Amino acid sequence: MSDDGNESTPDTTERTMEAYRYPDGSITYPGHPLGPGGQEPTGTVDLSEYAAEVITWTTSTATPPGVREPNTLAIVEFDVDGEPVRAIGQVTTDEVEVGDEVRPVYCEELREPGAGIREPASQEWDGFRFEPTE
Amino acid sequence: MTLLVGGEKMTHRSTAEATDVIASLTHPVEYKHGVTLPSFAGLTARHYLDKYDAPRESLGKVAVKNHKNGVDNPHAQFRKEVDLDTVLESPIVADPLRLYDFCPITDGSAALMFCPESVAREYADDYAVISGIGGATDTHVVHERADPTTMGGVVHSSEQAYEMADIGPDDVDVAELHDMFTILEFLQSEDLGFFEKGEGWKAVEEGVTDRDGELPINTSGGLKSKGHPLGASGVAQVYEVYKQVVGEAGARQVDAETGLACNVGGFGNCVTTAILEGRQ
Repeated sequence: MSDDGNESTPDTTERTMEAYRYPDGSITYPGHPLGPGGQEPTGTVDLSEYAAEVITWTTSTATPPGVREPNTLAIVEFDVDGEPVRAIGQVTTDEVEVGDEVRPVYCEELREPGAGIREPASQEWDGFRFEPTE
Repeated sequence: MTLLVGGEKMTHRSTAEATDVIASLTHPVEYKHGVTLPSFAGLTARHYLDKYDAPRESLGKVAVKNHKNGVDNPHAQFRKEVDLDTVLESPIVADPLRLYDFCPITDGSAALMFCPESVAREYADDYAVISGIGGATDTHVVHERADPTTMGGVVHSSEQAYEMADIGPDDVDVAELHDMFTILEFLQSEDLGFFEKGEGWKAVEEGVTDRDGELPINTSGGLKSKGHPLGASGVAQVYEVYKQVVGEAGARQVDAETGLACNVGGFGNCVTTAILEGRQ
């Protein structure tokens, strides 16, 4: 699998919001072994270089152990050269509306590993929050 | 002869712990953001209300209806009515959804006994047949679904069940839907073909899904009032439909020969739809 022309170094690779591109042109975040059309991915796209639009959002007040309270979340849609790609994630502020433009900002620890039921080593805990651009 | 038993013990955990246990079924990219099933419901509810210009009150009316139905169910966790103001003024859990838009944490169990129809009369004068059943899945990652207001697993499992039973949605007299959150009753009632997409909320507003309406939904009180012990709920839904189609639902009884139960796992990740017909 090759990167879509984005230069990367070991440091920035860890901070890539990596989506997969498939032969039919579709892109998914997260990536999967097979895409919506049943084909293997052919490349990656770093969504952190794109802006997105808020499709819907919620502020959750009943959060699980190790999760900030309240926890504002949004489903956003990126436009990657005409191809829509959706993602879900925390929002940096409680002031967000449908249609807002947001950009991904890196966060080292989205929730406290080990506080919840999942083993800390079972998955990654860093990622990207969405920050309104205005 | 087969005995199917479902059960769940949940109340020994705090609300936060129980929420986390259930949230552990989410994809890692969802879980690390603290996504829970209630937050999926809030995200979906906002999108539904915006997309179909539905009033927030319509969701509250699902809770009011199902609590009212639960009063007459001796197995319900809550046997008390709530009024719309109470629902709409309850604490926010996942904006725009509030406390009364959510099912409670529940301990419970349910059982069903199955046998070939050829020997059913040896065990009971009245019985029900499973005339149709279907199972389907949707994407694990919820935001990847083309339409966030459609549960593909509900659509496809019901298509299988209708075909097997050789009936359509219009032939269903009573239904038990998976109202873990009020918004899910709208989504399922549409995805099962009872109402056009985006019209489920109007059916609730017009009383169509009331116990004395054209298509009673969740006469048991639903998960909202009856409770939601996860491993038991699907079985308990079929139990209620059985009671209805054999005429043993007591004060909850409606005029029904054919009933449907739709059980959802995760946030629509896997779905089973069953159709029952009474034999009296």
